[in-house]
Amino acid sequence: MDINHIKILSKNVRKNILKASLEAGSASAHIGGALSSVEILSTLYSEFISFPEKKNWHDRDRFILSKGHACLVLYSILLEKKLITKKEFLSFEKNNSILPGHPVMNKFKGIEFSNGSLGLGLSLGIGTAVALKKKQKSNKVYVLIGDGECNEGSVWEAALLAPNLQLNNLTCIIDKNNFQQTGSNKEILDINDLASKWKSFNWHVEEVSGHEINELIEAFKVVTDKPKLIVAKTIKGKGLVFAENNNEWHHKILTKKLYDEAIKNLNNE
Amino acid sequence: MSKIIKKINFYSGIGMRASFGMIMLDLVKKNKNLIVLTSDVSTSAGLDRFKSQHKNNYLEIGISEQNMIGVAAGLSNDGFQVFTSSFSPFQTLRCLEQIKVNLGYMKIKICMVGLASGLVLGNLGYTHCSIEDIGALRSIPNLNILSPCDGLELEKCMYSFKSSNNSTYIRLTGGSPLKKIYTKNYKFKIGEPVKVKDGKKVVIFSSGAIISEVMSAVELLKLKNISPTVINVHSIKPINKKKISYFLKKNKFALTIEEHNIIGGLGSAISEIAAETGVSTKIFKLGVHDRYTKSGDYQYLKKIHGIDAKSISNKINSILK
Repeated sequence: MDINHIKILSKNVRKNILKASLEAGSASAHIGGALSSVEILSTLYSEFISFPEKKNWHDRDRFILSKGHACLVLYSILLEKKLITKKEFLSFEKNNSILPGHPVMNKFKGIEFSNGSLGLGLSLGIGTAVALKKKQKSNKVYVLIGDGECNEGSVWEAALLAPNLQLNNLTCIIDKNNFQQTGSNKEILDINDLASKWKSFNWHVEEVSGHEINELIEAFKVVTDKPKLIVAKTIKGKGLVFAENNNEWHHKILTKKLYDEAIKNLNNE
Repeated sequence: MSKIIKKINFYSGIGMRASFGMIMLDLVKKNKNLIVLTSDVSTSAGLDRFKSQHKNNYLEIGISEQNMIGVAAGLSNDGFQVFTSSFSPFQTLRCLEQIKVNLGYMKIKICMVGLASGLVLGNLGYTHCSIEDIGALRSIPNLNILSPCDGLELEKCMYSFKSSNNSTYIRLTGGSPLKKIYTKNYKFKIGEPVKVKDGKKVVIFSSGAIISEVMSAVELLKLKNISPTVINVHSIKPINKKKISYFLKKNKFALTIEEHNIIGGLGSAISEIAAETGVSTKIFKLGVHDRYTKSGDYQYLKKIHGIDAKSISNKINSILK
């Protein structure tokens, strides 16, 4: 597998996120939680999610961004994969855009469902995984949720159901960046040991660094007869020096000065 | 006895919930891609036979209605015809945001069947009554809200769902057995109110099993030479505004009679049409007057809320005096 290619993709995705954040201006953007998910999506879309020709679109693997506020990471990947145009990408959060601050369902653009209200994506993923099994399709379903999102009770309803249905075509990834909107997980609602909780729900659980591509690849490759959970330990704001682990960057305006500084840092990496 | 009469009698004898289960057995024969999801209510929904005979078309979600709507939307989005069912409060308010986002916003189409809506479970208290479901759902775009008055109409609702572009909520009311409203077949279309009885001066708009109380009230009023028109508004959303307005204009007084809060339900829908079309007919809204009372059995609660036959008849009498 070409890890270097994924690293380059990750860097481009970060630059895209920053560009769209700059263009959004005073509308502001969810930057921290988008940056923490970059390697997760870059790895998935490089090695595990395949897109067929449009006429066979129903045979695609599915990615569901349940933590919809992190939409910029998805839009950036879709731009790199040429599923959306540069013009569409830069319309982020503008009037009449197809790419608002939370994703709106647009199948042929690679946006499976509308998300943004937390705790809804895993249930949709279960329904999709059941449908694919019933249709005897080998495609896989990937759902990315946030650690803050795990405050929602509906996440746990879905977590309880998936192993009961033996959905080994379903992978849920938790972007564990340890922060949520107004503080750390510990300060707001301590979710403690996520891996143990999901194991006790009968999921196959992998714990990896969410920025180490090798570890992510190995975790995604694991074959199991259970639904799989990957706890990806990440850094909120990763790659933006002044934003790393600084929760002010959960949702914030990116100025031109800071944008220039960030791009310079990324180019020097 | 004709086939339709036999069917009406059969549905009337078993009530709406058991009718739902029987109709599902018919529907699945016509569509192998049909799947029913329930949240641990298969017996209450009359689906036990369906569950044992059609294992591949039945999915038990457990007591988790929010999850149920999400899973249903995922399945429907991948080509399955999906029905969900739970008791009405849990089929609607418990999972309201999933309904908004998955069905309204994304326009993914499923059919939700709310069991024992209205006041029929009054003995169990208002946690299990459902007098808010229509009001809550009516504010969500891209959703049909249907309230059949008997088993035959329930069957028509369930068969109509397939041809609609929207998700549909079917509100089951009444007990078992259920009083017959229709004695012959009739034309049913989502959105189109049906005239059950012609009359003069007064028009009654109603929906669901409470129409049986309305028809009993009509019998009582006959003794006083009062003859209201009765309109079955089985489709609360969409609703044919022109037709409603026509019936309003034709009458001096109008009543809306519903097993629901008078805020947000049928009464509100009719009043909105009157306001929009500039009709000056005086409208009296009968139903639950925005309150939770002490609990009690179905008949007791209908009386408390003034929607049993006698109360309806008295109200119309007093209006015409």
